[in-house]
Amino acid sequence: MTTVLYFAWLRAKIGVGREEIDPPPDVVTVADLIGWLSSRSHGHAEAFSDVSCVRAAIDQEFVDLDAPVRSGAEVAFFPPVTGG
Amino acid sequence: MAVKVQTQRFDTGAEIEALVADRRHIGAVTSFTGYVRDFSSESGVIAMTLEHYPGMTERMLEKIEAEARERWDLVDALIIHRYGRMTVGEPIVLVVTASSHRQAAFESCAFLMDWLKTKAPFWKCEEKADGAKIWVDARESDDAAAARWGASS
Repeated sequence: MTTVLYFAWLRAKIGVGREEIDPPPDVVTVADLIGWLSSRSHGHAEAFSDVSCVRAAIDQEFVDLDAPVRSGAEVAFFPPVTGG
Repeated sequence: MAVKVQTQRFDTGAEIEALVADRRHIGAVTSFTGYVRDFSSESGVIAMTLEHYPGMTERMLEKIEAEARERWDLVDALIIHRYGRMTVGEPIVLVVTASSHRQAAFESCAFLMDWLKTKAPFWKCEEKADGAKIWVDARESDDAAAARWGASS
């Protein structure tokens, strides 16, 4: 199982902040995971419609979209940060 | 050295006094306080809600602070960042740096803010008087400000 977290407008579009998922074996990278998640609902598809606006973290470290996702990881998706 | 992520208001003056108290090596303190203003992407903003990624936020702020300590000779540093709902005029963020000399205090304070704005997982959602809520877009100027300090050491 993999934990997926969504923040800010990604959470608002998808409707939940957290999901436990079990993606198929052909989901290897973060980009693959985005593709698979996008097929789950209209909200997911909308949230991931422009990946240039999406940032990702695995186990609370920023990663690029070609980073591998292992089972048991905490994967987070969010827009570019706007704190401060 | 401390990082605090909290909903409560803070008092910049009291935080600086507590940090400086009885520390005889401190010759210079720089602080930056960021406030909620009445417009950013839109006008007529009455409040703002800051969302963050609990766990990653603290980790990133501690890393950023450690990076500042690597680069400058600091006696102490403090980062306070609030989350939750805040109205216009309330303080959001405080960075304090203390050193023996002014240059390290000035530069490290600017560095901490520039890096925090591009690396700490916070998101601002503005609230208008009519109830509309707008997520604030990231600014390219913030990326440029962070880039001038180079990559991690």
